[in-house]
Amino acid sequence: MNTMEEPKIGVFVCHCGVNIGGVVRVPEVVEYAKTLPNVAWAEENLYTCSEAGLASIRDAIKKNGLNRVVVASCTPRTHEPLFRATCEEAGLNKYLFEMANIREQCSWIHSQEPEEATTKAKDVVRMSVARARWLEPQEEPEVDIADSALVIGGGVSGLTAAASLANQGFQVHLVEKDPQLGGMARRLGKIYPTLQDSSEIIDPLIKTATSNQKIRVYTSATLKDVSGYVGNFKVALKRGTEDVNFDVGTIVLASGSLNYEPPKGAYQYGVVKKVVTQLQLEEMMKQDKLAEPERVLMIQCVGARTGEVWTYELSDMKQSFAARLLSKILGAKKEEGWPYCSKICCMNAIKNAIRIKELWPKAHVDILFSDLRTYKEYEDFYRRARALEVKFIRYVREIPPEISETPDGKVNVTVYDTLAGVETQFLCDLVVLSTPLCPSKEDVMLARLLKVPLGPDGFFMEAHPKLRPVDCQSDGIFIAGTACGPKDIPESIISANAAAARASILMANKKLKTEALTADVNTDLCIGCGLCEELCPYGAHKIEGGKSRTIAALCRGCGVCAADCPRHAITMRHYNDQQILAQVEAMMAY
Amino acid sequence: MTESESVANAEDGTKIETTAFDPRILVFTCNWCSYAGADLAGTSRLQHPPNARLVRTMCSGRIDPVFVLEALRDGADGVIITGCHPGDCHYVKGNFRAEKRFNFLKMALKQLGVEEDRVRLAWVSAGEGEKFSLLIKDMTDKVRELGPNPFKPASVKSI
Repeated sequence: MNTMEEPKIGVFVCHCGVNIGGVVRVPEVVEYAKTLPNVAWAEENLYTCSEAGLASIRDAIKKNGLNRVVVASCTPRTHEPLFRATCEEAGLNKYLFEMANIREQCSWIHSQEPEEATTKAKDVVRMSVARARWLEPQEEPEVDIADSALVIGGGVSGLTAAASLANQGFQVHLVEKDPQLGGMARRLGKIYPTLQDSSEIIDPLIKTATSNQKIRVYTSATLKDVSGYVGNFKVALKRGTEDVNFDVGTIVLASGSLNYEPPKGAYQYGVVKKVVTQLQLEEMMKQDKLAEPERVLMIQCVGARTGEVWTYELSDMKQSFAARLLSKILGAKKEEGWPYCSKICCMNAIKNAIRIKELWPKAHVDILFSDLRTYKEYEDFYRRARALEVKFIRYVREIPPEISETPDGKVNVTVYDTLAGVETQFLCDLVVLSTPLCPSKEDVMLARLLKVPLGPDGFFMEAHPKLRPVDCQSDGIFIAGTACGPKDIPESIISANAAAARASILMANKKLKTEALTADVNTDLCIGCGLCEELCPYGAHKIEGGKSRTIAALCRGCGVCAADCPRHAITMRHYNDQQILAQVEAMMAY
Repeated sequence: MTESESVANAEDGTKIETTAFDPRILVFTCNWCSYAGADLAGTSRLQHPPNARLVRTMCSGRIDPVFVLEALRDGADGVIITGCHPGDCHYVKGNFRAEKRFNFLKMALKQLGVEEDRVRLAWVSAGEGEKFSLLIKDMTDKVRELGPNPFKPASVKSI
């Protein structure tokens, strides 16, 4: 396997001041390291990571012709990049470096047992040396990034992302499944907190998208297929009977969300005509179909913050999770609702309450809430509603309000007011249910098409909730707007611009260094069973002509395929069988 | 070496060798969660038995059951496979695959007559330093009770 010259390993054991040296007898470990096969050099350093320590690594590589380096010190999670860079400076491929952790996983946890800690340090060094013997240089391949992007979804987020990308000079293909652009915002009347018409926001965005030479808009279009990988996605669309194909470098996913519709009968929705959702109220007011009411009552958290929190099935997640999700979405009418807080409904209800109060000052507006969450500057919004005499009545979710129709066509709502401690009755002209934003069933298909995961709540999952909030697990795909969870318009615009910026970093660089730790198929051994293709979470294996082929740009290096291949035909670079087994074998002392 | 079995030498402070069995435990850790959890046990100075030796891979999904069998044949007294919690896998679902293979491995080990407690699968997140520390302690105690791995070559020393 190893075509290189005989390994000449240098071992550098760090005292880390007293952190290691105060427990582990470092000189003894160094002397021990010298006895190990292929070790050509061993020394101790007070701090290997200091400039003096790094210089001694560089010197030892040059003087002794070392072709492998082992540093026994702290955790590779913090210091491996530094030592790798040092090796590179001395002309050694950085993958020929190995680290033995004798601080976090030895001296710090066995600080009262210097004897055992020293023995363990020797073992750990021996294991690392055994692994180092099998290390091979690795290259980080470069892929070209096409300077065009696909934006999925023509709502506020999609339009914003498209405009941002086009203004940076990238060709944009915008796909919208509806005949019109605008998405959810098109259905809204006034938007909070400015109470301006939603068209003031959406119209300029649509105008930009349709007039910009760099943006090609496909409406009434459905995504048929997306293949390829970061920088080189191949997209197939269907628009009516016409097939459209093009290549893009990056994808911005801005497919949005739905407004949850409660099951028929819940809060008498669908039974009593005057029970509607906030979105329906919005549309009624937008189309001037709402007559002056005497009393409007809103109920918060309908279908939100309820129902079971989903957990992944431990076994066979691939089928059952998708199947469960699909049944959850398709069968949502039977379910109670969604487990999360939708975040926008409190402000939205207050906005509509203020609107009604401003239109008809005599009308009564009551908001039943279990918890009111008007974060940030929206607290002022809440105060404004209070000043307009909108009444806020607290109910507990365990005692939901009872709703019935009266003979004269009004709606009777009975609720236990927990603050007053009494049951209160309201005779209303309209009952408005504040329901959450929820993922749409198309998301499941879209997730499969793009090979990106959905989170436990059914929204698209970001690569990291804190550190990479608009990135997808798969490189080159970014999420904007409500596709990854409830957001209001300002937040959607923020995330859309963020996603566009992330995508443009890739495209502006034109090239991307991809993972060196990728799978490699030995086609002589491969029988084309397709297990790797089935198991790879990134679609990095493809069976072509009866043999598996790795698409290196897609591979992230988990090694699932290598462990599963029944023919052991797959080698996981830098974590191959020999390297791991050498370490395992070296764990035993003879 | 347990407290009662080790006797401190009053003169030079070193411990007198006894024949007590100290198991050698191999721990496979994934780079993203479990290894970080082990590091956290270290930075939190959570003392635990010096019996574990770690082998880091990128994902628990990389662990071929053959590695575990080889480790037992080479003389490891216990093996733990650790990974990210279900749903937290850095590689989306490598840990589910690890669990699936582990279930097969358990069946094979049963047929070989290997005690169930000798090989274990555990989820340890990057924030669970204490869990990692307790896991090593518990595993060491359990394997010490079981005694040496019957497949251990005579030439392999205990710690």
